[in-house]
Amino acid sequence: MIRLVPHPILSLMLLGMWLLLTRFSLGHLVLGTAIALVAGWAMGELHPARVHIRRWTPILRLGVVVPSDILRSNLAVAGLILTNGRRGTRRPGFVRIPLELRDPTGLAILSIIITATPGTAWIEHDRESGILILHIFDLIDESAQRDEIRRRYEAPLIEIFQ
Amino acid sequence: MSETLLTAAFLYAQITLGFAGCLAALRVLRGPRAQDRVLGLDTLYVIAMLLFLVTGMRTGSLFFFEAAIVIGALGFVTTVSMAKFLLRGEVIE
Amino acid sequence: MNHLAGIPLWIALPVAVLVVTGSSLALLGTIGLVRLRSFYDRLHAPTLGTSWGVGAILLASMLLFSWLESRPVLHEALLGILVIVTTPATYLFLGRAALHRDRAENAPDVPKAAADDKAQD
Repeated sequence: MIRLVPHPILSLMLLGMWLLLTRFSLGHLVLGTAIALVAGWAMGELHPARVHIRRWTPILRLGVVVPSDILRSNLAVAGLILTNGRRGTRRPGFVRIPLELRDPTGLAILSIIITATPGTAWIEHDRESGILILHIFDLIDESAQRDEIRRRYEAPLIEIFQ
Repeated sequence: MSETLLTAAFLYAQITLGFAGCLAALRVLRGPRAQDRVLGLDTLYVIAMLLFLVTGMRTGSLFFFEAAIVIGALGFVTTVSMAKFLLRGEVIE
Repeated sequence: MNHLAGIPLWIALPVAVLVVTGSSLALLGTIGLVRLRSFYDRLHAPTLGTSWGVGAILLASMLLFSWLESRPVLHEALLGILVIVTTPATYLFLGRAALHRDRAENAPDVPKAAADDKAQD
């Protein structure tokens, strides 16, 4: 089974994508399955590092928390741009966060979450010390910002991947 | 009722996005540094993609979606390779 | 006039609101892109357009075309995933490139490298 379908999640997602792009029909189901299987074999030949997902429930939690957080910071940044940074009192700044997350996939997802959120931008990360430098658009409380990122995003990602 | 509402919304969106595209192009032209131009170009790509989607909704044709997906994919490849070049091209090596 | 004629209000209203919100966010993002002073600030502005700006317009498109075609049209979600996953990659490279270039030029207000950070925290 493993040899037949080396990357089941990837193949399933490819099949889903194929069916979304074309209209659902039996023919496309067969063709999409064939393509997904071939792509899975091709991926297996490349021997990518396998991603180990330890727990699934934090993924669902992140799926709810992240879009709503992005929406909130969207509104906050939009307000700041409209009011000209609260009449010039906005203070941008860099924040250093020591991370415990070491898994490369988890770090990649964390970088996507942080960069997709307006108001926080991922600037630099050192793999050895795990220190991350962020640029914050409106830095009110440095340690609160640090805690929020570690609690809201890093903790569930550690649960998922480590 | 709903027809006028939608027509007005699409018209507003097209004007707004057109204006937004002009502003992004302004940033591309003004710079001042290379990374500003790349950032402006990436924004311009996203705005163009949104404009295609809104136009598609206004004309009721699914055809525009395919154009939007091509713009999205091309925009990513161009800007990410430029950004990567900025990272590697001049200062580091 | 055409395809928009027969749409009930409960579809038209959310579509209109989403389209207007999305395009307004995109415009605000570019206004910030032009007005903000430093590059690191400008890096935040277009994310308005690439996060919920794109999200809102894609949701509107899904809603409208699902009604027009009388079947669920969800392929916009693919475009949403594409934009959400790929734009951060570009911004990440741009942020790092700006940082490296600023360090090479010894610009003021640039944080020291994450690697030589033993004393703090």
